[in-house]
Amino acid sequence: MGSHRPTWWWTFTGSAGARRAAAVAAVVMLLGAAVHAQEAASPSGLGRPPTAAEERDRIIGPDGEDLPPGSGTSAQGEMVFGRRGCSNCHGPTGSEGPSIQLVGGDVTTRTNYWPIRHWPFAPSIWDYIRRVMPYDRPGVLTDDEAYAVTAYLLYRNGIIGENDVMDAESLRQVEMPRRDDYVMPGEWTPETRRGFENLAPR
Amino acid sequence: MSKTQTSRRRFLKKSAAAAGLVAAPPSLALAAEPAAAAAPTRSMLDNNSLESVLYGRRSRFVTTTREVEGRSHYDTPRIRPEPYRPSARTPLAELTGTITPTSLHFTTQHYYGIPDINPAEHTLLVEGMVERPLVFTMAELRRMPFVSRIHFLECVGNRPNPLAATVTGTHGRMGCSEWTGVPLSVLLNEVGLKNGASWVIAEAADRGKHTKSLPLAKALDDVLVAYGQNGEPVRPDHGYPLRLLVPGFEGIYNVKWLKRIKVVDQPYLSFQEHSRFLTPNPKTQRDAYDFGPNSVITQPSGSHELQGHGLHVISGLAWSGAGKVSSVEVSTDGGHTWQEAELAGPVLPKAHTRFHLPWRWNGEEAVLQSRCLDERGQLQPTEDEYARYWGLTRGQLYGTIQSQLGYCNWIQPWKVSADGKVTNGLAPTDVVVDVHG
Repeated sequence: MGSHRPTWWWTFTGSAGARRAAAVAAVVMLLGAAVHAQEAASPSGLGRPPTAAEERDRIIGPDGEDLPPGSGTSAQGEMVFGRRGCSNCHGPTGSEGPSIQLVGGDVTTRTNYWPIRHWPFAPSIWDYIRRVMPYDRPGVLTDDEAYAVTAYLLYRNGIIGENDVMDAESLRQVEMPRRDDYVMPGEWTPETRRGFENLAPR
Repeated sequence: MSKTQTSRRRFLKKSAAAAGLVAAPPSLALAAEPAAAAAPTRSMLDNNSLESVLYGRRSRFVTTTREVEGRSHYDTPRIRPEPYRPSARTPLAELTGTITPTSLHFTTQHYYGIPDINPAEHTLLVEGMVERPLVFTMAELRRMPFVSRIHFLECVGNRPNPLAATVTGTHGRMGCSEWTGVPLSVLLNEVGLKNGASWVIAEAADRGKHTKSLPLAKALDDVLVAYGQNGEPVRPDHGYPLRLLVPGFEGIYNVKWLKRIKVVDQPYLSFQEHSRFLTPNPKTQRDAYDFGPNSVITQPSGSHELQGHGLHVISGLAWSGAGKVSSVEVSTDGGHTWQEAELAGPVLPKAHTRFHLPWRWNGEEAVLQSRCLDERGQLQPTEDEYARYWGLTRGQLYGTIQSQLGYCNWIQPWKVSADGKVTNGLAPTDVVVDVHG
């Protein structure tokens, strides 16, 4: 592939002169004992470190590694479901609608785009609830409330027991029933040929 | 130039000068214009409101619009606090060249409407497996090195109904723009990648927090964090103020309203990604990145009517997610013989390429089709070849949820009947097409 970076970018990030200047600056800073904030400055000097609030607002991966402290049970989740207005869209127990049916449902019906039972990873459910729901006020749920609602939905879909406590550790251990339906995406390189290469009729 | 026009010009100059003397705003001088220009044919100046001077307007004879999509299963039933905004297709048959006017560029809505973002408050967080997570303001991103690239953008479900009557119905979920922005590789260099990093997760600022996993190799290749489209700021429909542009990759990768990039060591298979990675279609994941070779004749195309025998131009668009279009061949006899069309340059990688071929129509029935060969040596398949590739019958092909099948890039035939009417040349099927929204 061609270079997608403008060449002048390297005049202040990549050239030997720029590196020397940066090294000198670093030494000066060390001498001045001003190491703390500056030692990891970006090449351009632009950008700021994230705030504590920005760091707390995480995207959780399928392995749930970044799940925060906190916990909840299905009984607590049932209360949160009503109190936080989940039931306004999903129905009193999550299966009545009018919006997406969270309990039961089949992947082929048009009213259930992706039923909970078909999600491949339990931590992703927590992540989605925490980041995206409730629809009209995303982000208002506390971590504990998100654990509780997750526990409620997992229990109502027959995936965990009624009294199971969901927290960072237990949520990671939950085995989703349709996990094996999924294949992780394969590797991509700019050279990989994809599809139809065996079709050419000439 | 006629005498009257010349003298009128002088008059206008004079009156403009006079207006200047009394310090009248320019709009007043312009407002006086229509009265002075009474003519048998309507003057262009009738339309000359200050508004149209400040922001150009097209001729009243040009009325092309996007075509609104019907509601799909994504949309029912759901509670929406804001009015429902439908998706819309690009009117391909009405366009010339390769650049899609932004107002006519397709837009696909998944669930959550369009956020109203103040760029002064919008930031991009780059975090995860990096040496120093950083937050960039829009102003800071504008201070960084940028590039402009012309690339197509297409929904993977861009064969919403293969049997549709027009090319907008069959292929309208795509457009091609000049995109301007900071290469993602530059931003990743800013934060410094840690060992073991292999994927990035991009997150949007819309209500649904659209989240997509992207291989790091692609992120470092040619991905843009774009703020410009066709010379102006990206519009809200298309991700204002900031979006990801992933050249050649399926539309879903091109995260709009971009607010976060997280560097990680595995794909996340987020809510919006689940369906693409279901078995038993191992081919689906292999093909879930860049688009295969594709082309379609836009002129003449479905619902057109040839005006008279003799010379016509067959013209259309060809493109491939793999790179440049190598050649386009056109058949006017239903695929028995093919001839090479001319590519109207420039031929750019992962961009729409206009092709054309002069054709003499003798009034007999004809079936027009085009096929694209890309620089990777991939040839666009026929519908039959496509079905065989997936091991499906035609009925199964049409009955499969498209998002689980992959990109439908089979050759589109247009049938010209003896009376000149052009219709979709694919044979009808009993199967109800499951439109992918």
